[in-house]
Amino acid sequence: MVEKKNNAQRLYALNPAAWDHGLAPGLALADARARLPQLRVADADRRADRELLLVLAAHCELYTPLTALDEPHGLVLDVTGCAHLFGGEAGLLSVALHDMAALGFSARAALAPTPDGARALARFSPDGVFSPAEAAEAVARLPLAALEVEEDSLRALSRAGLKTIGDLASRPSRAFAARFGADFPRKIECLLGREDLRITPLRPPPDCMVERHFAEPLEQSDSIEAVLSDLIQEAKTFLERRGQGGRLFEASFFRADGVVRRLSVETLRPTRDPKILVRLFHEKLESLADPLDPGFGFDALRLAVPRVENFESAQGDFVALEAREAEQELSELLDRLTTRFGRARVLRFMQGDAHEPERESLAVPVAAAVAETWSSPPDGEPPARPLTLFDPPQPVDVVALAPDSPPARFRWRRKMHEILRAEGPERIAPDWSVFGMREPARDYYRVEDVEGRRFWLFRRGLYESDDQPRWFLHGLFA
Amino acid sequence: MHAINAWRGGGAPCAKDLAALRLALARIEARRDGGSQMASREHFSLGAPEVDAVLGGGLNRACLHEVLAPRGADWSAAAGFGLALALRAASGRPVLWARQDFLESETGRLNGVGLVEFGVDPAALSLVRGRDAEAVLRAGVDAARCKSLGVALIEIFGAPRALDLTATLRLARSAESSGVTLFLLRICVGEMTRAPPSAAVSRWRARAQNSQALLANAPGAPRFSVTLLRHRGGAADRSWRLEWQRDRGFFCETAETRHAALSGSFPALPADGALALPSGQRRAG
Repeated sequence: MVEKKNNAQRLYALNPAAWDHGLAPGLALADARARLPQLRVADADRRADRELLLVLAAHCELYTPLTALDEPHGLVLDVTGCAHLFGGEAGLLSVALHDMAALGFSARAALAPTPDGARALARFSPDGVFSPAEAAEAVARLPLAALEVEEDSLRALSRAGLKTIGDLASRPSRAFAARFGADFPRKIECLLGREDLRITPLRPPPDCMVERHFAEPLEQSDSIEAVLSDLIQEAKTFLERRGQGGRLFEASFFRADGVVRRLSVETLRPTRDPKILVRLFHEKLESLADPLDPGFGFDALRLAVPRVENFESAQGDFVALEAREAEQELSELLDRLTTRFGRARVLRFMQGDAHEPERESLAVPVAAAVAETWSSPPDGEPPARPLTLFDPPQPVDVVALAPDSPPARFRWRRKMHEILRAEGPERIAPDWSVFGMREPARDYYRVEDVEGRRFWLFRRGLYESDDQPRWFLHGLFA
Repeated sequence: MHAINAWRGGGAPCAKDLAALRLALARIEARRDGGSQMASREHFSLGAPEVDAVLGGGLNRACLHEVLAPRGADWSAAAGFGLALALRAASGRPVLWARQDFLESETGRLNGVGLVEFGVDPAALSLVRGRDAEAVLRAGVDAARCKSLGVALIEIFGAPRALDLTATLRLARSAESSGVTLFLLRICVGEMTRAPPSAAVSRWRARAQNSQALLANAPGAPRFSVTLLRHRGGAADRSWRLEWQRDRGFFCETAETRHAALSGSFPALPADGALALPSGQRRAG
């Protein structure tokens, strides 16, 4: 693998055979070719690397929900409280290494009290589990390269006769800070486990999580759904104990080949009713554009509830109860439709914070909508805004009797409309901070043609300006 | 009583007394409380006494009703009439509008402010966008089963295969058991007199209608020219011109007048029985 760095093609990653020939990353491609003419190279693709790493990270969620990338080619897992599920820390480590080997990766791993310590140990010492005392000792024995600082600093340190991390640790940190920057002593502290930095997981851990691991990969879709409904039942018990309900439920399907598929279901109000959730997940599975492909089967199924809210238990008088039940039923309907069609297809209207017709109101997913009161239109006036808006506005040919008079007739969709009544102009200037200074103002006219159809036309630009103004149809009135 | 006398004075045969009485009652009701209290559990009225009398008090709730737009250009009239009917039927309960994606390019997308201007409370309206007619119908069936919904508007373009008699029957039956009133807006069903078969209780055709000009010849409140093509167990093939009174939330019938009133105030609900058009005037459009 090569990539371009400092204006030269340089080696980025190598296979074992190339390492054996004495090549190393960072070497210029020309030099490498001189040494090894039969070298085969390909361009490095960091994005693909990262994506692969993300897939692996998703797979690693089998072991713990707290996974993070340790780029360019590492993963950090926080397995606090998870190891006992795999027969202890050593068991977890061997399961993880075995899985990685099965997926075709060669991996090295170390389990240590701190993320930095674990990283250094995984890279520069044999695989294993390190207790706090062992870790400090093992890290102290590591070569300086484990610091992963720049070449120059390393050279300076080795010239001073320092060879291991332990050598550094026994010296006063002030000297290092003066020579290599304030970060340097901290790095040592982190490696030795004296300073403990938590990892930032890729995805925040959910409040509630239940899962099933299978001895044999699961393939049948009805048994998958059966397991899912078991998990939902379990999650319900958990939520019930805490007096909570979930707003977002996420099912993760861990496929035997390491790919993880996630499906999520959102509800408008906190829910824990297994019947509703089973139905929603069923709806989701039915409506998938690319169906759940079990491949060689699923190793594990997990149901997480990333968003929980307090569940208000129904109380109050009879009328309130009835109203609440009605509301409940409606939100169930909307949840079901959202699950089937997607968030962007079940909408509610919200007021927009702008005066341009396009942004005056917004259609937002029902889950994101907030109740608000709209001011009612003035009494005795006909509707001032059309029922629909065209996006983008439709260009029309307009004949107006005088430059600034309302249109007399216009042609839209190859049909001529003779205008009988008109009202306008209503001048609406676009917000310069959004549309820029150059966007001309619009003059809107409410018009009605001889057949009784009502339209909303506008003229973009003024007659006095240089460009010829153009007319558009923006909406239809009832 | 005044109204009945006027009717008789107009030379109506006695056999129509019952209808006349109904009409009179409807009109008195309308005058007393603005027509808004006429909503019962089974019926909802349109608010225009003449129409309500023909319908026998109003349209049934928990049923399927159809509003047809013969051409795409009639969409705005059909949607406006359908939406206004839906508002009458919902009387404050939640409304769901299921639309086909294709219609967004044909008619534009629904505009929240425009809906408010028409008299809709956006907080009570949910919009579902379906990729095709099947999706919209599925959403409609789901909505029809939801008891806490007041009205579902199902908007379908043309006559897709999915929307056959069975589909409308399914909708109608779901509506019956849940109490949701369903409106099927069918756009571009052609100028055919025999619209596709359906289980709808009433079928309307809506066309655009010139509004009453306001000051300076400005377009007035929305008006529709509607035809009742079919009404189960009742009269059919009647036409009216109706104006949607947003502020009062009901329809009223318009008598075409050449002399435009100066403002969109309450249009004449003739108390003296002047129901027919003034002679010598021709309806335009």
